[in-house]
Amino acid sequence: MRPILLQGHERSLTQIKYNRDGDLLFSCSKDHVINVWYTHNGERLGTYDGHNGTVWTVDVDSESMYMVSGSADNQLRLWNVATGKCLYTWEFPTAVKRVAFSEDDKQVVCITEQRMGFQCTIRVFNINRTGDGTKQSKEPAHMFSPVGSKATVCAFTSQPGIIFTGHESGKVALFNYKTGEEVDSNERAHGDVVTDLQMSPDKTYCITSSKDKSARIHDTKTLDVIKTFTTETPLNSAAIAPNKPYVLLGGGQEAMSVTTTSLRQGKFETRFWHKVFEEEVGRVKGHFGPINTIAVHPKGISYASGGEDGFVRVHHFDESYFKTQPYGDLQIED
Amino acid sequence: MPGLTQNVDNIEDIDYSDIEAKYKVDYDGSFDNTLIVDGVPIIDNSKLERLLTKICKEFSRKGVPVKQDDIFMPWDEATGKSKGYLFMDFRNSHDANNALLAMNNHPFDAKHIFKLNRFDEIEKFANMDETYVEPEQEEYMPREHLRAWLTDPQGRDQYVVYRGDDVEIFWHGKPSQCELAYKPDWKDFLYVSWSPLGTYIATLHRQGVRLWGGPSWKPQQRFAHPLVKLIDFSPCENYIVTWSNESIIVPDGKPQGPQYFSPEDEGNNLAVWDIKTGHLLRTFPTNSGTEGPAGKRQMQWPALKWSPDDKFVARVSPGQMISVHELPSMFLHDKKSLKIEGVVDFEWCPLSDKDRDEVEKVASVGAKGAKKAPENMIAYWTPEVANQPARVTLLSFPSRTILRQKNLFNVSECKLHWQNQGDFLCVKVDRHTKTKKSIFCNLEIFRVREKDFPVEVVELKDTVTDFSWEPKGERFAIVSTNDPNLGNPGPGITIKTDVSFYQLDRVKNDFKLLKTLPNRTSNAIRWSPRGRFVVLATVGSSTKSELEFWDLDFTLEDRRDGQVVKEDWGSSIQSLGLADHYGVTDVEWDPSGRYLATSASAWTHTLENGYALWDFRGQELLKQIQDRFKQFLWRPRPRTLLTREQQKQIRKNLKEFSRVFEEEDQRESENVNTELLALRRRLVDEWNAWRARSTKELAEDGGHDHVKEKQSEEDKEEIEVWVEDIIEQIEEEVED
Repeated sequence: MRPILLQGHERSLTQIKYNRDGDLLFSCSKDHVINVWYTHNGERLGTYDGHNGTVWTVDVDSESMYMVSGSADNQLRLWNVATGKCLYTWEFPTAVKRVAFSEDDKQVVCITEQRMGFQCTIRVFNINRTGDGTKQSKEPAHMFSPVGSKATVCAFTSQPGIIFTGHESGKVALFNYKTGEEVDSNERAHGDVVTDLQMSPDKTYCITSSKDKSARIHDTKTLDVIKTFTTETPLNSAAIAPNKPYVLLGGGQEAMSVTTTSLRQGKFETRFWHKVFEEEVGRVKGHFGPINTIAVHPKGISYASGGEDGFVRVHHFDESYFKTQPYGDLQIED
Repeated sequence: MPGLTQNVDNIEDIDYSDIEAKYKVDYDGSFDNTLIVDGVPIIDNSKLERLLTKICKEFSRKGVPVKQDDIFMPWDEATGKSKGYLFMDFRNSHDANNALLAMNNHPFDAKHIFKLNRFDEIEKFANMDETYVEPEQEEYMPREHLRAWLTDPQGRDQYVVYRGDDVEIFWHGKPSQCELAYKPDWKDFLYVSWSPLGTYIATLHRQGVRLWGGPSWKPQQRFAHPLVKLIDFSPCENYIVTWSNESIIVPDGKPQGPQYFSPEDEGNNLAVWDIKTGHLLRTFPTNSGTEGPAGKRQMQWPALKWSPDDKFVARVSPGQMISVHELPSMFLHDKKSLKIEGVVDFEWCPLSDKDRDEVEKVASVGAKGAKKAPENMIAYWTPEVANQPARVTLLSFPSRTILRQKNLFNVSECKLHWQNQGDFLCVKVDRHTKTKKSIFCNLEIFRVREKDFPVEVVELKDTVTDFSWEPKGERFAIVSTNDPNLGNPGPGITIKTDVSFYQLDRVKNDFKLLKTLPNRTSNAIRWSPRGRFVVLATVGSSTKSELEFWDLDFTLEDRRDGQVVKEDWGSSIQSLGLADHYGVTDVEWDPSGRYLATSASAWTHTLENGYALWDFRGQELLKQIQDRFKQFLWRPRPRTLLTREQQKQIRKNLKEFSRVFEEEDQRESENVNTELLALRRRLVDEWNAWRARSTKELAEDGGHDHVKEKQSEEDKEEIEVWVEDIIEQIEEEVED
């Protein structure tokens, strides 16, 4: 498995995302730029310029028509994927930490940072998909501020009107965004800040990663913890591999404490864990800094990781990955 | 005043009995401060004065002073001679007790030994019933079997782990057989230590040393040496040496007895104890006061060196002599030390297995055995003084005959390394060049088993930092370096080293280089206790922590005694594996030589403390990263009980034996597999059930869109359309 190294960022990666078809990969970084790449050969298709601060987050709709991005310049932007034009800009008092499209592409949820006396706020915008996309309503359709620990990650669930959130305290919760009411919560889901949240294809379960060195699979309806994967390093990202019973975990010691631990300890590797048996299956090394974000191709044929070192590595799985059955012929539902 | 006169009249009648009773002076009728001293020489009047002076002197020398006036000597008027006993008064019963303890059985002179008794008891003795009464048989309490762990049916070894404030003892065997053996609740101790044959485990407390053992891990013995810091067992586990940096103080009112320090031990630091009885044998001061030419020397530990058969213990007074004490009396052997001008260090020659068999035979036959046990041997060295060269001497003991001497020149330091069977002695000589600027190394190897002790010299250009004999073998390994950083250690400096193996060439009878591994960082050599396998480790470095596993007989199927190696010289060395244990501080083989333990102790640093177990090929079996991990120690095993013939038999029929074990392994792995498979099947079933439930719920909840979409996706046709949009066209003129 020879990785394709994408060298288009000057600073550490913050999030990467495949589109629904898996032919494009969006990456955003602290250098204010968003890049889009062809996944099959690593060629850069283009960039989305305009942000004036660290771009924390991106998401793309299912038709690969619109893309949204959130940045530390307090803006949420809507882009035309094909032309690279910024269609609309929302301004907030604080930085945008997370954005996500809904299943039907008609809504976008975003989290803004808790800072300078402003509370952490979750807003849901309706996206006007008619016309050229520049006519959007300035005001959010729904808006609320969760009480207690601030939210760090969020996503729409399969239930209408409900979003799933992960919090700084390690809590995960379900919110009804129309009323702002907390429907359900698991205060003890993690012991430290939740760093990533990725949904399963049908959105019935999700995986969260945390600085408490573990990743967990939750039922998005009941918030039950289904599986726990405990590693020896703080985790920044976790992803679910479709069609294969694996999850991918990435992380590493904080840059400031790296000098006190040995680099050879394998803390900057992508770890493959068996989703059901909760065992580590293998590791892929390559990054020379902590891994900040991992994404898997929607069909499960490749995956990409973005690191603190400023590189994105795209790995196409070898034939043997699909053929071998290291655990025998057990039928595992996706 | 009629009333008053009346009172006066009656004064005689007043009852004073209550007051008298209150202030009555008790007349001390007992004689508990009086002792009878028996065994005094019978003398006539003329010598009386001299005898009394002598006795007083003798008593005060032992710390129980007595005045001449307090001694009463009965006199036989008829003969004009003394009666051979006398009475002694002490100030109180406490002093009398002390005198009794100190002077009873005291040898006054060659013919007279004092016997002391309490005066009170004389009556008792006089009226003693002379008829013999059968003493009641003390019920026999069988002691626990102290070597019970050796009877483990699976033949596992044990190890102890000290972490935080907790100690745990584990069994180590096949993966399914590793389990906790015992978790003691020992409190407040410095560290733990096994005895050399694994019988006891010692803990060092404020009050002294405690030994534990047996299947119940009950306390077996204790030695009251306050603030003890170091201990050392004798090789056969008969004695123990303890050391504390604080001098011994015996406060008043301390318990007395053979297990405790007495006033004459005050000021000393070293103590020798008998393990079985718990009695104190002797104490020594540590000669830390003597300062070498290079300022204060670090104390050597062990300060007392035991002969391999526990018969003698010796210590060196640097520059002067070696004092050898006999056991168990701890008297100086032959009443004099070995006076050796300038002696620096010495080592006892270890006993080979054969010697040991002989010693045991002699011991079992008793004094009648015609053959005498082989003598012990000491090797020592003296540095260059004035015109005299440095010298290494082999001395036979107790006959004190010099067996071999070798003169050496330009010596700055010597280290004596015995091979563990006592076949070879290697003297590692650090020599300086004439300018004294650089140091190089010579290895002077004495072949002890041959006539006249031939010496062979291996000259090296570099400095040797570590030397190690292969146990029971004819090979050794050295770590050498010419790194300029040697000698000025600093943080982050790892010294580059070379590791070389040498072997005795049976044909030429000299040691030849087998192989050199250049450009390493290894600084520790650890031979497997059975020989053949060796681990090279980089210990105590903050950047490197490699472990290299080597096999020195890789091409040999199995080595037989006396078989001559015919292959190319050095071709049988093979690397088995490489491993890494970050921050490793200790590397130790288990007694069977099959497993290796590496540990990173919190006593040295606090990064990733813990321990790891490896097999001899460098495969990691277990790794435990634990905060505040301190100590890992394998439990040593005593020598095998099988005779040479039995061992040979086993080696011959190895196939038969191994088949049984292989079957066992097979069964075990199958067992593990089926268990694991069952577990996995269960997990998969649970997962699938949950997935089915949640997808069903999803469908019911009106996730119709999703289902619909899925269908539409299947119907989808793939059409490839190239869209080319010109977004912007900019014309720029480029000027040259």
